[in-house]
Amino acid sequence: MNYLENRKYVIQAIFLAVGIVYALRLFYIQVVDSSYKQAAETNAIKTVIQYPFRGLIYDRNGDLLVQNTPVYDLMIVPKEARNIDTLRLASMLDITMEDARERFKKARAYSWVKPSIFQQMLSTEDFAHIQDNLIDFPGFYINARTARGYPHQSLGHALGYIAEISPKQLEDSTYAGYRPGDYIGKAGIEMAYEKYLMGKRGVKYKMVNVRGIDKGSFKDGAYDTLSVAGQNMVSTIDLDLQAYGEHLMNGAKGSIVAIEPKTGEILAYISAPFYDPNLFTGKDYGKNYMTLLQDPDKTMFNRPIMADRNPPGSIFKLTQALIALEDGVINPNTTYACNKSLVNCHPHPSPLDLRGAVQHSCNPWFFQAYKALINQGKSKNTFTDTSLGLKDWREHVLTFGFGKKLGIDIPGEKSGIIASTDLYDRVYGKNRWKYSTIYSLSIGQGELGVTPLQMANFMAIVANKGYYVTPHLIRSIGEDGKPLAENYERHYTSVKPQHFDPIIEGMAEVVRAGTARRANLSKVGITVCGKTGTAQNPQGPDHAVFVAFAPMEDPKIAIAVYVEHGKWGGQSAAPIAGLMIEKYLTDTVTIKEQEKWVLSREYLNIKSK
Amino acid sequence: MPTGGQGLLKERVVQPSSRRQTTSVFGNLDWFTVLIYFVLVALGWMNIYAVVYSPDNVVNIFSFDINSGRQLTFIATGVILMIVLLVVDYKVYEHLAFPIYGGIILLLLFTLAVANPVAGSRSWLDLGGGFRLQPAELAKFATALAISKYLSQVSLRQQKMKDQMILAAITFLPAVIIILQNETGSALVFGAFILAFFREGMSPLILIIGGSAAAIFILTLLVPKLYLLIGIAALMGLAMFLDYRLMRRFKTMIALFVLVIGMVFSVDYFVNDVLQPHQQNRIKALINPEADPLGYGWNVTQSKIAIGSGGFWGKGFLEGTQTKFDFVPEQSTDFIFCTIGEEHGWVGSTILIALFLLLMMRIVYIAERQKSVFGRTYGYCVVSVIFFHFVINVGMTIGLAPVVGIPLPFFSYGGSSLWSFTILLFILLAIDANRNRELVR
Repeated sequence: MNYLENRKYVIQAIFLAVGIVYALRLFYIQVVDSSYKQAAETNAIKTVIQYPFRGLIYDRNGDLLVQNTPVYDLMIVPKEARNIDTLRLASMLDITMEDARERFKKARAYSWVKPSIFQQMLSTEDFAHIQDNLIDFPGFYINARTARGYPHQSLGHALGYIAEISPKQLEDSTYAGYRPGDYIGKAGIEMAYEKYLMGKRGVKYKMVNVRGIDKGSFKDGAYDTLSVAGQNMVSTIDLDLQAYGEHLMNGAKGSIVAIEPKTGEILAYISAPFYDPNLFTGKDYGKNYMTLLQDPDKTMFNRPIMADRNPPGSIFKLTQALIALEDGVINPNTTYACNKSLVNCHPHPSPLDLRGAVQHSCNPWFFQAYKALINQGKSKNTFTDTSLGLKDWREHVLTFGFGKKLGIDIPGEKSGIIASTDLYDRVYGKNRWKYSTIYSLSIGQGELGVTPLQMANFMAIVANKGYYVTPHLIRSIGEDGKPLAENYERHYTSVKPQHFDPIIEGMAEVVRAGTARRANLSKVGITVCGKTGTAQNPQGPDHAVFVAFAPMEDPKIAIAVYVEHGKWGGQSAAPIAGLMIEKYLTDTVTIKEQEKWVLSREYLNIKSK
Repeated sequence: MPTGGQGLLKERVVQPSSRRQTTSVFGNLDWFTVLIYFVLVALGWMNIYAVVYSPDNVVNIFSFDINSGRQLTFIATGVILMIVLLVVDYKVYEHLAFPIYGGIILLLLFTLAVANPVAGSRSWLDLGGGFRLQPAELAKFATALAISKYLSQVSLRQQKMKDQMILAAITFLPAVIIILQNETGSALVFGAFILAFFREGMSPLILIIGGSAAAIFILTLLVPKLYLLIGIAALMGLAMFLDYRLMRRFKTMIALFVLVIGMVFSVDYFVNDVLQPHQQNRIKALINPEADPLGYGWNVTQSKIAIGSGGFWGKGFLEGTQTKFDFVPEQSTDFIFCTIGEEHGWVGSTILIALFLLLMMRIVYIAERQKSVFGRTYGYCVVSVIFFHFVINVGMTIGLAPVVGIPLPFFSYGGSSLWSFTILLFILLAIDANRNRELVR
């Protein structure tokens, strides 16, 4: 071995020596000597959060839907809150002693040195009173913030609300950047457009010493960021129409959804019973929320997008006819006799062609048309044939936006149910069901579930003769006011435009001389096309449905009205739709007798057949 | 051949004629070193993120708006670089050592001539498109190659005066140009090659004298001159008392002492009158950072506070408060060690030190197993450079070394530095992976 090779030990010894010296030095600095830890405390930087203004929301006419109002949070830093007169504090805040103690405990549990909220959302009056007395309460200070405010009482379900971020959300990485006490959209538009509305929080860095005494801004504010206000947005809602619809539905249960067919813009979105969004601001938010959540009428149930268990009833006959036309199993002149041995019906002329069948809503007619559609003889086996027919039919139905989420821009939408071969195979067994098992689908009953939003969207499809634009509540975001492209995509159905004409003509007859004469607006020169429906339900009187669009020549509004236990679509839902259509198209209401009729709720007293 | 159990087994079974284990460079690669490399790079990346992390404004670690995102692209390019270095015929490094060295010298001169000063330094070459290169970083591996090549031709111990002068010139020419570029810190690195020279036969006296001189230099600044001289005199007296041979050389000892006195006073003069103000400040900061905590002592004071506040276990990843917002300047480059110290405490710091020791020990081991003088010398050059960076970079953050703006290898933010160390290390690994093809020792 070369003697020079031994020098590697010298070199390695040098490395080792340096490593040991450094480790010992670090041990001295980090573990033995505590002066650095004290110095670090005097170095502390206090971050002062500047909350951004949340974006405002306007309606389609520029009226304010959502604004910001100043509120004041009473903050506490437990470490500094010594010798507090708890009794006086409690009386000042109008809370009990136990409550006050509980809050102290909670604040201490969160952090000994970091501020937390002791009482949130004090009104301006409370603030003035408390501010004067705050000098006697060290460790307490007021943090000004903004809360949501509404210059009206409408649209609670669509707007949603904001509330303090939950502990569960804080743990979720999608909410990285939020901190305890931050407000976040919890439902509706507030939730769906959170990232645009929230803005960007600003941060100011201040140097403070151990006692928290301000030593000025850190590095002359080089690292400070200004808060950036959230983006304002324009909704598709017409606030006047919305408020009018709520007026008409006051005291009833159900939904109204009105859509501008060409754009998919939702003009009115009513879920009755409704609530005043102002209930969810202010310090009583929690109390109000619990009250609404527990009420037997299920106020918090967002009916237009969540009520998907109810069959659509007769309005679905339109869908069946359109698909039958497209498949060529009927034509506009096909006639069927009103054979009551097939399925029950009510008195009307017979036999009828397609237009007449729509006008009179003839059950046997649609029984036979749907049979022609389902049993096309593709297989000799009637069971297989029914199964094949249903499969093809279902594909058509799905293109109408039924049985799937439409993709409205608020959370919570349900998809509804459209009967499928799988479903029947599961219930009856494969090859053990045929047309006689499923015939009630022909008249919109049976294994069907459709949300009011899907009904209104269906009307938009008929009005557009074959396509829909995903219904949405927000038209544009930000200053440029350009519509959001993703909200205006067209979705085409599998039915060609020409097949819609006879259907539309039949619908006009429904309103002119059929079941929905209460929606007639010929007096003011508007031709309304509509269809009534009745959805059977085991819980009580039937639900009433009416869908319509108008004017016939150039549709501007498509609407679905759903009145729970409204018995007759023509009596309860139709006049509401007529009033809404007139209100929207002419900005006035001339059919006052209908308005009176609706508000009297007398339709509830009509005897069932 | 200590190449692990598997290698030994093979040697017994396989005929000597087919000794070559595998032809693939990756099969013979020292994966242990590669592993340490990636551990250091990954830890560095996470700490670079920790520096910019702010709970009030969270940016994704992969975002290119922040250093951690950019560092990731540097790491990715580094991986490509290392693959190229490994795939290229390993003989290139020896054969082209001098042309590479010459090219880099020209690049350094070119940079000096055309570079626009960045913060007083004329060392950055603008490549356009927002990319900049610091050729001084490349000079490290080029010089290491040239030194190794020269020593493989003429052994140090057989060298005449002229050869030694040439070797010194090879070593210090780039350093001089880099000093002219106003990057004194980077230039000091070239002094580290003394370790490699020592291994190749340089007289240990030079190492001892050099070490003593450095010790006296630092002590002069730390201890009052009178106490220092009395101490040295006492030490020499003790030495003479213990070793009678020194007693006989009494006059030599006196002369030596006079020399020390001269040195102590000239250091004083040198620091106060010769050095430029910013250099003076760095040295003063080492001696007494508390004298002007907001001025030249700022870095050292803040860095020590940050590390000291970490305690035994540290505050936790991303939980640091002192290493944010440039409390300590150059936080993600030269002072990255503070972040470890604060967030991972003594345990984390010590683990990092252990990782570096492990890497350096491994490189020594690799160097020693080379059959060629070229390979061995190059290995020692690599470890010298890494060692020097490690000593100075960590030392300055804990007040044991002057503040010299050089990065922590593989760890600090920055493409030039990461690539330069990647090149340095992976040329060695390429040579090492092919060591069995070398026939001569």
